[in-house]
Amino acid sequence: MKALVWHGKEDIRCDTVSDPQIEDPRDAIVKVTSCAICGSDLHLFHNFIPAMLPGDIMGHEMMGEVVEVGSGVDGKLKKGDRIVVPFTIICGECDQCKRGNFSVCERSNRRKNLADKVFGHTTAGLFGYTHLTGGYPGGQAEYVRVPFADATHIKVPDGLSDEQVLFLGDIFPTGWQAAVQCDIEPTDTVAIWGCGPVGQMTIRSAVLLGAKQVVAIDRLPERLGMAEAGGAITINFDEESVVERLNELTGGKGPDKCIDCIGLESHVTASKPDTVYDRMKQMMMLESDRPHVLREMIYVCRPAGVISIPGVYGGLVDKIPWGQAMNKGLTFRMGQTHVNRWTDDLLRRIEQGQIDPSFVITHTARLEDGPEMYKVFRDKQDGCVKVVLKP
Amino acid sequence: MTYLSNITRPKGDPKVLQSGRSSLGPSDQLSRALGWFSIALGVTELVAPRRITQALGMEGNEGLVRAYGAREIGSGLLSLSLDKNVGLWSRVAGDALDIATVATALRPGNRKVGNVLLTLGLLAGTTAIDVLGAQAVTVRHKRTGGTRAQYSDRSGFPQGVAKARGAARDFRPQQPPAAPRLAQVSG
Repeated sequence: MKALVWHGKEDIRCDTVSDPQIEDPRDAIVKVTSCAICGSDLHLFHNFIPAMLPGDIMGHEMMGEVVEVGSGVDGKLKKGDRIVVPFTIICGECDQCKRGNFSVCERSNRRKNLADKVFGHTTAGLFGYTHLTGGYPGGQAEYVRVPFADATHIKVPDGLSDEQVLFLGDIFPTGWQAAVQCDIEPTDTVAIWGCGPVGQMTIRSAVLLGAKQVVAIDRLPERLGMAEAGGAITINFDEESVVERLNELTGGKGPDKCIDCIGLESHVTASKPDTVYDRMKQMMMLESDRPHVLREMIYVCRPAGVISIPGVYGGLVDKIPWGQAMNKGLTFRMGQTHVNRWTDDLLRRIEQGQIDPSFVITHTARLEDGPEMYKVFRDKQDGCVKVVLKP
Repeated sequence: MTYLSNITRPKGDPKVLQSGRSSLGPSDQLSRALGWFSIALGVTELVAPRRITQALGMEGNEGLVRAYGAREIGSGLLSLSLDKNVGLWSRVAGDALDIATVATALRPGNRKVGNVLLTLGLLAGTTAIDVLGAQAVTVRHKRTGGTRAQYSDRSGFPQGVAKARGAARDFRPQQPPAAPRLAQVSG
């Protein structure tokens, strides 16, 4: 079969690889009908997150048709079922899964020993996202093996298109969780850094959850335009001061809730010297992540506010103003998304026509064109916000 | 490396059979080659400056050659990084500096004029490759398109933004089940 394979920094290739096989009775094989390139795939593309190996298949946003099931799937899936595959692999039985903390499933990471050493305790297995999270082959491929398939799936009805439901596997619940964990009140101003795909979903989620004001921060006009269309007030940080504008919008009090939809690769610009400092340290391997957004959020957030972090961080950050955070009494909430905790409700909202996540797709291409689309997405060429690939 | 990683993969995982087209373009490959070349040259300048000055009849400039070596390593690291266009343009600037410095050795009485002329020729060739590489990388990775109005009709709310505001205000996350109770210790 064809698959997008990681070979090193900025080197993704569309390779011919052997077909996946059922390994465990709880496995299923899915014929992928649609998959997407995620912003967090770019962290792997840039080799900022360790433990990728040449030959690893990329991709954790995919859906398709079940073509083979193991004997232990126990009737919960059958051939021909149409499913979205959540990016977090879950056993559904461990203590964390029972509590709904699916992204820290205690049993699905097949490299548990490695993860225990690196993270202290293992987190869930993830598709196509380094050997720290299991080294599972990803879904930017014609077929994908889904471990613990009886639990790791979201069944979707036939009436909805791939484009409407594909993002239930990651970016829609990720944006939703980011907003929900802010405990949004009707009087709240919610500021969202980053208008990429996750940022766009977070904006829509904050609007649905009833924030008084949703403010979106970016520098790319097409993304700011899309944010505005979704009901946000926008700030172009190339043209105005984020801190001054947020204070102006909140009567000098600062936003009640701040959400980081950027993660470890903050934009580097000479007008913000700390971003240059971070980039230099990152190049010299003295720091793995560039946390400018975290610093700005801590500074501008209203005292007793909430900081929510759906953006991916990979390792070590430097110069975090913990004194500001502590004295202002900020609450931090973060983590990989507990996808299946939210998807029943979100699928219902899509079916009811409350939201249609397909708005974010700007480019659709063949899987074979995937390597080029990584470049287009990374370089933000041709107004690219979200790429969907069709194997 | 791919072959080795294939060996370590579990039986049911796909393994690479044949490699396809890469996301790295020719200009990216050139940038990598120039990056490694820059580092190799920089290390040589740092480690053996006397050999270089002797070959060019520029004795006494060892400190300057070492400084240029450090500059070369910096440019090389940048050329290998994601900011490769900055790295390649910094190489172009470095080339100009190198040419200006080596040209001072074209003085009467320098018995190594032949070496100096050869070096200037090599520097001119390298500069041409650096300029072409820098231009190609800049063009390949330049942001194109994108206007504020481009997606102004993409609200994502089929019933409109006004109706969407607060539509999920009644949402309450499902409470996870309570933690298992600790067993009572009976006396």
